[in-house]
Amino acid sequence: MAKITFITRDNQTITVEGESGSVMALARQNGVKGIEGECGGVCSCATCHVHVQNGEFSRTGQQGTIEKDLLELNDHADETSRLCCQIRISDEIDGLVLRVAEKNSF
Amino acid sequence: MKKSTIPDPFEKARVESGHREMNDQNDPVSMILRHKDVRKSAHNWKTFQSGATPGRIVVPSEVNIRSLRQIPFEVDPPEHQSYRDLVEPWFKRPLEQSYQDKLAAIIQSELDKAIRKGTIEVVHEFSLPLQSRALTVLLNMPEDDAALWISWGTHVFRSEGDPLDGGKASGLTDYLDKKVEEVKKNPGTDLFSVLLASEINGRKLSDDEVKGVMMLTFAGGRDTVINFVTNTFAYLADHPESIERLRNEPEILETAIEELVRYFSPLTHMGRVVTQDTAVCEHAVKNDTRISLCWASANRDASVFENPNEVILDRKVNPHVSFGFGAHNCLGATHARTLMKILLTKLVESVKSMEILDCKENMENLDGLERKVGFHQIRIKLNPR
Ligand code: HEM
Ligand code: FES
Repeated sequence: MAKITFITRDNQTITVEGESGSVMALARQNGVKGIEGECGGVCSCATCHVHVQNGEFSRTGQQGTIEKDLLELNDHADETSRLCCQIRISDEIDGLVLRVAEKNSF
Repeated sequence: MKKSTIPDPFEKARVESGHREMNDQNDPVSMILRHKDVRKSAHNWKTFQSGATPGRIVVPSEVNIRSLRQIPFEVDPPEHQSYRDLVEPWFKRPLEQSYQDKLAAIIQSELDKAIRKGTIEVVHEFSLPLQSRALTVLLNMPEDDAALWISWGTHVFRSEGDPLDGGKASGLTDYLDKKVEEVKKNPGTDLFSVLLASEINGRKLSDDEVKGVMMLTFAGGRDTVINFVTNTFAYLADHPESIERLRNEPEILETAIEELVRYFSPLTHMGRVVTQDTAVCEHAVKNDTRISLCWASANRDASVFENPNEVILDRKVNPHVSFGFGAHNCLGATHARTLMKILLTKLVESVKSMEILDCKENMENLDGLERKVGFHQIRIKLNPR
């Protein structure tokens, strides 16, 4: 089980708990604003983009190749970026704080 | 080859050179075929613009059959963003329960009708009426209006055998003119009325802007949705094991829908006009010529998708571009996905298997190459559970 905290674009903090599945699905179930997950988590839409806070990026594992390619074309991506549909919930990520990224503008 | 198979005609050109030249009414097009190049070019709206002469970014070009600019489709950033911000909340309504309930009722009634008949011609007896009735929910218009839209057929600018039907295009323009006048006298809660009352950058939307948005909702969401629905029936008829799987594992539904839309790629490609001499995958493209972003080819790129020509319903990583990529990504995608989710859930609940009796393929002509996009007609027998 893991507790995860989201900071939304309007600086609201919401902490949610999950057992399994992806962080994006957990966020959607709990109505976390700004995590839309339009593609259902198959790494196609980037509407689940978050920045991992507190220098804890490595706890989420590495970006996959496909994830990296998609983030490369995102103006708000940086070295803390993850697509949270690609993060699995596990004890490893308990206590993680994720900031919802700005909407991709073009 | 199974009847539901959608072949990939681009593989050779994609692997060998990454592009393919085609002529279209003396305004040639360089089709961009690789996944990476398609996404990069879609992202690069400065060099590859949408806001050219209305109709020019469509292939075949619609320059000679319409002058109205479609919005936000034929507008570039930064103006594009203002329009997009204006209409986006409306196009997210499919996420609301009340919207889904309305859609579900329509889908159920069409399915019941189909099952009662036993054998249906899916394109005209299911997909077209379903698409039009569902559009009344998206536009928040009276359900009776669907009858007229159904009478327009599967594509608003194309008729069978004529990919550019000028008569049809002016029919749609007349309808939009009439509708705008009606709504001005008698405003309601439909999208026409909402747009007519809207402001952008501190001024009212003009009549032409309203018509430009509305034309797109009639044109963009029509044959795409019809092919998506029809091809799904064909696929499930050929794969009864998938019907069972979707019934037993509803948790893969969303992933399955993304995979089906990747495989079908209902919109083959969309053009852009080049604004400066440049190169795509080492291929020179000249200022004021056209490229096209070939979503259908990118979706079969083996450097990104394992076994690209197979439908893998639980494909977990699936960066398809069926709904486009970048600023212009599809506004109707939420509606299309919601519709498919309800349809698939209900279909596998009530149907055990289906059989394709006969069909006539719909081939898109790409100047020397043909791509199957779906069917002109397909008769299917439904075996209820
Ligand atoms: C399965 C069904 C559909 C597919 C495959 C599809 C595909 C696409 C694609 C590939 C684009 C990008 C075009 C570009 O980059 O130039 C697009 C844009 C668009 N689509 Fe769809 N579409 C579908 C359904 C719909 C529906 C139902 C509607 C609304 C009635 C719709 C409205 C739009 C609009 C308004 C745009 C332009 C967005 C913009 O320019 O910002 N589409 N669609
Ligand atoms: S939900 Fe679409 S990329 Fe994560």
